[in-house]
Amino acid sequence: MDIHEYQAKVLLSDFGMPIARGGIAYSPEQAAYRAKELGGEKWVVKAQIHSGARGKAGGIKVCSTENEVLDAANALLGRRLVTNQTGPAGKLVGRLYIEEATDIEREIYLAFVLDRASERIVCVASAAGGMDIEEIAANEPDSIVRVPIEPAVGMQDFQAREIAFALGLQAAQLAEAVKALKACYRAFRDLDATMVEVNPLVVTREGRLIALDAKMGFDDNALFRRPQISELRDKSQEDPREMNAADRGLSYVGLDGNIGCIINGAGLAMATMDMIKHVGGEPANFLDIGGGASPERVAKAFNLVLSDQGVYAILVNIFAGINRCDWVAEGVIQAMQKLEVQVPVVVRLSGTNVEQGRQILAASDIDLITADTLAEAAEKAVAAAKSYEATLAG
Amino acid sequence: MSIFLDQNTRVMVQGYTGRIGTFHAQEMIDYGTNVVGGVTPGKGGEQHLERPVFNTVKDAVRDTGAEASVVFVPPPFAADAIMEAADAGIRFCVCVTDGIPAQDMMRVKRYMRRYKKEERMTLTGPNCAGTISPGKAMMGIMPGHIYMPGNVGLIGRSGTLGYEAASQLKAMGIGISTSIGIGGDPINGSAFRDHLERFEQDPDTSLVVMIGEIGGPQEAEAAAYARDHMQKPVLAYIAGLTAPRGRTMGHAGAIVTSVGESAAEKVEILRAAGVGIILRPSEFGNAVAETLAKL
Repeated sequence: MDIHEYQAKVLLSDFGMPIARGGIAYSPEQAAYRAKELGGEKWVVKAQIHSGARGKAGGIKVCSTENEVLDAANALLGRRLVTNQTGPAGKLVGRLYIEEATDIEREIYLAFVLDRASERIVCVASAAGGMDIEEIAANEPDSIVRVPIEPAVGMQDFQAREIAFALGLQAAQLAEAVKALKACYRAFRDLDATMVEVNPLVVTREGRLIALDAKMGFDDNALFRRPQISELRDKSQEDPREMNAADRGLSYVGLDGNIGCIINGAGLAMATMDMIKHVGGEPANFLDIGGGASPERVAKAFNLVLSDQGVYAILVNIFAGINRCDWVAEGVIQAMQKLEVQVPVVVRLSGTNVEQGRQILAASDIDLITADTLAEAAEKAVAAAKSYEATLAG
Repeated sequence: MSIFLDQNTRVMVQGYTGRIGTFHAQEMIDYGTNVVGGVTPGKGGEQHLERPVFNTVKDAVRDTGAEASVVFVPPPFAADAIMEAADAGIRFCVCVTDGIPAQDMMRVKRYMRRYKKEERMTLTGPNCAGTISPGKAMMGIMPGHIYMPGNVGLIGRSGTLGYEAASQLKAMGIGISTSIGIGGDPINGSAFRDHLERFEQDPDTSLVVMIGEIGGPQEAEAAAYARDHMQKPVLAYIAGLTAPRGRTMGHAGAIVTSVGESAAEKVEILRAAGVGIILRPSEFGNAVAETLAKL
């Protein structure tokens, strides 16, 4: 789960990370009022969307008068901001963060990640801030410091000092740097984060450290014990279909192709999509309906896949293990009867009682295409999508 | 015996009396697995599925000599259950539970390092279908009848994709020595590499099939191991060619976040290490048959 910049800043600040003063605004009037409240002569109006690279996309505006703040807020609120991470649809700007401007001396990259190779939380930092980590890795690979944290004892002061010195920070900033680094680590550990990124962490003209931007991601599997994080969820930032699926216990990822996929198990789902690609098609989605494949789940899956107007054929590939194919076949038929599916549907069942399952499909009045093997199923789905598209065009 | 388990291995079940534990324990018993009892804290002394229930894993090990354990404990308590098994002297543990927090698994892995390597429990999973030595015993949730006994070792992250592979092999009359599910989580108990090592030493296995997917470094580590240390042929399929970067594809660990984690990159790494590539998921049967024919 992702959260907004201002939410991440509040969380990190609670653990001791220094941040600039700021406030949230849902309307241009609130934005102007926030600027007045903060005082000073310069503010930054920042669009709050779940994406990085907002500056390049015009989502961050520096303002010198309250009127400029009002205008900037007017221009941003309600707009869909397209960045290099959002996809062409962009993300809706529903709230703004108004922050006092910071005089920047230099920029640092700081992140904590859950490293799968060492199976530890690892601090990744670079003196070359302001770029994203991929750019740093490409342009200044030697500037990257990686420090794994021992889970049994947590981050030690000496580790934080080593990182601070490697980043070229001065003795005057040492205490603040140690506090900032440990704040990020503790927030990561105590809140079940999967990622904390402060990019940039800046040194101000006055020699202070400030988190100028902040990003946090959280482990969905740990949300059961982090209700305070669940409360920060902003559904306007999520794809409606994926959200709909997640709320029904299905795992869905929308893609650009035209063959809808209904499959049980994540690995089999990815493999089936690969198979579609190998025979010249493009999948419209990833969808794992879970190991069980009950009739209710199959029906929900059809609803979900059909909500994508770009789907010209559906491929159902179910491996019935503990459940039997005859039972799954009945479920598929029930779902198709109820939903009056218009696009062609290819069904491939395998596993327990596969012969009975195939007989049930063959004997039904429902118009569906059956396949015995994975390759045959993918080929038939690609052909069916092509002919359906031709019917639409004709 | 086959690696990890056979019909004599004394297997216990954690989360034994729950709905899911009960169902799968019965399936395991029906398959011929030597299930000696289980643990549900607070229900010690009762009988369940005609076998004793214990309060702690230590009690179960003391009274039944259990050597292996299957964990069906819900996600909030599963890491604790795994550590209890490790501490009680269980040798081999399968954790089926899906949804364990990643940092819990990080702590489990750290905890297990307190035991010397030769005394350390082998953990497979979490979020896996389990391990089966066809015709002998199974620990997990897989449909036993789709596996035929034979000489192919199978290691995979996914449950149903592993079933697909096993079925293709069976349809061609090819059997399996042991099939191991390592699970779809970002931090798991053991990796492809660990099991390649065991299969290399296993006299019952002549060839190993790896079924990997996007995300994480474990396929690349296995590639290096196969290149440097293995005589037996290794074949690999990597799922997720069409997966977009930065998106989680069902399994918590199936996400491409850094260099070398995409399906295409993993295929190249494996190919360069001399591992045979199964390009299409419809070709498990053919690819294995061709390689076996050359042995």
